[in-house]
Amino acid sequence: MSTSWSIFVIVLVIINVGGCGWLIWWTMHMRTDEQAEGDLSTGHTWDGDLKENNNPLPKWWLNTFYLTIIFTIAYLILYPGFGNFSGTLGWSQYGQYENEMAASAEKLDDVYAAFRDQNLMELSSNEAALSIGRNVFLNVCAACHGSDGRGAKGFPDLTDNDWLYGGNPETVYATIANGRTGIMAPMGAVVGDDGADAIIAFLRSDNPDSAEAAAGKQKFMTSGCIGCHGLNAEGNQALGGPNLRDDIWLHGDSTADMKGIIMGGKTNEMPAHIDLLGEDRVRLVAAYVLSMSR
Amino acid sequence: MDKSQTYNDDVVRKFAIMTVVWAIVGMAVGVFIAAQLMWPQLGFDLPWLSFGRLRPLHTNAVIFAFGGSALFATSYYVVQRTCHARLFSDGLAAFTFWGWNLVIVLAAITLPLGITSSKEYAELEWPIDILIAVVWVAYAVVFFGTIMKRRIKHIYVANWFFGAFILTVAVLHIVNSLALPVGMMKSYSVYSGVVDAMVQWWYGHNAVGFFLTAGFLGMMYYFVPKQAGRPVFSYRLSVVHFWALISVYMWAGPHHLHYTTLPDWAQSLGMVFSLVLFAPSWGGMINGIMTLSGAWHKLRTDPILKFMIVSLSFYGMSTFEGPMMSIKTVNALSHYTDWTIGHVHSGALGWVAMISMGCIYALLPRVLGRESMYSIKLIDTHFWTSTIGTVLYIASMWMAGVMQGLMWRAVNEDGTLTYTFVESLKATYPFYAIRLVGGTLFLAGALIMAYNVWKTVAESKTPAPVPVADPA
Repeated sequence: MSTSWSIFVIVLVIINVGGCGWLIWWTMHMRTDEQAEGDLSTGHTWDGDLKENNNPLPKWWLNTFYLTIIFTIAYLILYPGFGNFSGTLGWSQYGQYENEMAASAEKLDDVYAAFRDQNLMELSSNEAALSIGRNVFLNVCAACHGSDGRGAKGFPDLTDNDWLYGGNPETVYATIANGRTGIMAPMGAVVGDDGADAIIAFLRSDNPDSAEAAAGKQKFMTSGCIGCHGLNAEGNQALGGPNLRDDIWLHGDSTADMKGIIMGGKTNEMPAHIDLLGEDRVRLVAAYVLSMSR
Repeated sequence: MDKSQTYNDDVVRKFAIMTVVWAIVGMAVGVFIAAQLMWPQLGFDLPWLSFGRLRPLHTNAVIFAFGGSALFATSYYVVQRTCHARLFSDGLAAFTFWGWNLVIVLAAITLPLGITSSKEYAELEWPIDILIAVVWVAYAVVFFGTIMKRRIKHIYVANWFFGAFILTVAVLHIVNSLALPVGMMKSYSVYSGVVDAMVQWWYGHNAVGFFLTAGFLGMMYYFVPKQAGRPVFSYRLSVVHFWALISVYMWAGPHHLHYTTLPDWAQSLGMVFSLVLFAPSWGGMINGIMTLSGAWHKLRTDPILKFMIVSLSFYGMSTFEGPMMSIKTVNALSHYTDWTIGHVHSGALGWVAMISMGCIYALLPRVLGRESMYSIKLIDTHFWTSTIGTVLYIASMWMAGVMQGLMWRAVNEDGTLTYTFVESLKATYPFYAIRLVGGTLFLAGALIMAYNVWKTVAESKTPAPVPVADPA
């Protein structure tokens, strides 16, 4: 805030707080013109019988008013509020946040230190580690993957041991820590409407070499699908290309769902969590996820 | 008799009737969305019935349609009686009636369609915003025009509050709604980021302060002394609390943005001024309740007075609670929980709705040329239904809110959160059920009122115009 804005704020605060004080002083001493000695009425009458008394301000009420004004002055000396003046306590909400986080991190360091010399596979059968991992999972991951980890449309099931990017400990850790962006390119212009139908028939067929799958297979092989999904449509974890032959359909198994994805593509995102959770917690969540998939 | 020698009660009657109609509409939507929180399937997978679209319809309908109509009706009635003059312009007054109701109908159409500026309590899109501004300016002309032609020197205290409410709401509405249209039904706010948030809550909290507080205090300042047959307790108290209230309310908005990217200094000022606001707010309650000294026995027989006194008590309670909730440490617990919903309804049901209902019961017979409503007994039934409904509503939301706040901040030894969000939601269900019962009771009260009003109107002949009284 520039100095002139700061002065502006300070002046307004003084005028208003001071104004309240002056108002009390003024009304305590005011008398209405028509008022006679000992007469409480102001002498005004409206609408036939509407009158006003002029009783003194109740003491307890006045004292409350004073108290809040005194509190205000004290607070504005101690805390930021008076324009650019940052208060004698040097308090700020970011400072408070950092202090609380630092205090908590120090306290928790002992708790997490115990897990640092164990690898993820060991942690995934360590009850103490899993208990923390579960708590973090329920608060952070469950919103998308469900409290039982079984996912929802668009959000992968973590219990079925079917992995888009691979299920070894390091990969699971990397997925949670750094996130993933899955991109299915829109293929409508390449395969065409009939082509998409044929590909769906091929993907669904029990025997990919059967006659009814042939057209779709041909289309699949020649349209670029194999680049990510592999020659047998069984996926490629290095690229995050899903296996299309395992009857697990992340974005829905209806013809309309499947066709929509083939024609229009799809971008799906798993956000990165390393900044939010820190390495210790990401390891524990990864261990918990590994334990769920077994 | 020359028309200018009589009061314009026609527009008052119209707004008074619409107050009851919109009360039922707004509260029924509220009960429906409260039921949706219990049974989400009540959205029937229809976008128009989704909670996110109906909630603004509920808030707009109760605040601006119900509360607004009550304010129009009472302010038009009070300003004429206390200025000893007919309204400044019959034509403009009629325009405000039809214009305001058009705004409400447009809101009821556009909000369920998902047409929204997404600013809380200011969701309506720019063409409707412009209509609101035009109607409001007409309202100001009628009101202040009538003040100008008053036949008594001193302006009655109720009119200070009505005047402050009308002026400030005009400023708030116009500044907050400034937007760049990109089509007939879409615009973007001229503010962005934290400035947008600050302008939004400067508007939002002053909508509470001026629409829902100052306006209804104006109502209170006329109808409580009239109904009690006693003078207002203290003129000088009304002077102090009026000026302190309207100047200090302006600062309170930032308490809605504690622990956000809003700079610390603004948050602090929002908090301390909210605390200073406590005494000025209570000034109104004291002035209302103490007006009854010497007439307390009337509470036994007059349910209208009960409405007024209980509403003042709820006003006192919520204006104590508000400053407390604005303290950062308390806010860290209460913010984002149902405690806020409880606080709002302690003001909205307990104060705004009950003072309005009491005043409409007092006003309607007078503009229909009769002694009293069709049934005093039914007013009493309505009073108890509303009071019990309000208590159930706010007590359940307090408990739910404190519980949610505690559950969200509970941390295990290992630094992880003890409860997941969905667990706190599950624990809230019993309280949602109690809230639904409370809200339904309150709605039932409004239906009783509607029946009573219906019978009263049906029994009444079109009254002869009331001649303007000569000042004393």
